[in-house]
Amino acid sequence: MLAVGLGHYLVVSAILLVLGIFGIFLNRKNVIVILMAIELILLAVNLNFVAFSAALGDLTGQVMAMLVLTVAAAEAAIGLAIVVIYFRNRGSIQVEDVNLMKG
Amino acid sequence: MITEILFYLFATVLVASAATVVSARNPVHSVLFLILAFFNAAALFLIAGAEFLAMTLVIVYVGAVAVLFLFVVMMLDVDFIQLRSGFQKYLPVGALVGAVLFVELLSVIGGWKFAPQAGQLRFAPIVSTVSNTEALGRILYTDYVFLFQAAGLVLLVAMIGAIVLTLRDRKTSRHQSIRQQTERKVGDTLEMVTMSLGTGTGTEFYRPKVEEAVDAEPVDHGHGGHGHGH
Repeated sequence: MLAVGLGHYLVVSAILLVLGIFGIFLNRKNVIVILMAIELILLAVNLNFVAFSAALGDLTGQVMAMLVLTVAAAEAAIGLAIVVIYFRNRGSIQVEDVNLMKG
Repeated sequence: MITEILFYLFATVLVASAATVVSARNPVHSVLFLILAFFNAAALFLIAGAEFLAMTLVIVYVGAVAVLFLFVVMMLDVDFIQLRSGFQKYLPVGALVGAVLFVELLSVIGGWKFAPQAGQLRFAPIVSTVSNTEALGRILYTDYVFLFQAAGLVLLVAMIGAIVLTLRDRKTSRHQSIRQQTERKVGDTLEMVTMSLGTGTGTEFYRPKVEEAVDAEPVDHGHGGHGHGH
């Protein structure tokens, strides 16, 4: 069982999620910070999984948290690769410049 | 008691460093605070009893993902001051959305409870006799082996995708042309000459009948020309 109440974990996780979404809004031009904010959101998801796993006494939540960890690592790799080639082509990483497909 | 004090310490540092990640002026500082946030999240995992996930978080996030971020931030020569313009403009709407979401989340957290039969519905109950790592390994390679392989597939796709995206075709790089190699005949480059005894070929150098046609011109593979637009 959890040494600390489940509600405490959930509140910390909710604050992390809100901070991540707030960061996406705040740094709308800097795609690297947006990727970091997405990492924060996924960390909040992991925290929820682990807290529920410990509270319910079920290991499945920790297996799911490992899957989320994998997906987050893959997402960071692909996202940073896209940032690198975008910077190589355009010389900037301004998200608002990404409108080449506009008709 | 000491556990609760440690929990609040780690949670406070986690939230504070997460706030610094999204609001720092310099992205390098953002990455460093992201590393701090991951360390504190790993400590929270330890308090919850997930030792293996805590260590995995430190290894995967701090060792790989955060270093990758740091590498990209330092490699790209970006004018970060100019990227921060409009920061004040986006602040109110971001704060509004965040506040609304937070209030909704708090109302959800305050109002829910476990179903009465939740205790009987466990897929893999935690056994106290084996360690966390051993228990995870027991179910990860048996009950959840397809999930494990799907995770491996995701990582493979990410690896190949990142390589394909960032691989650059340089003008000076030399490629192997399989078609030219397999179409090459013996007669193109090799000629049998009957030599009479003691005379040699008659000239100083013997030239083959076909000029070197094999590596005369580099073959364009069709993906060398992009990447220079605008």
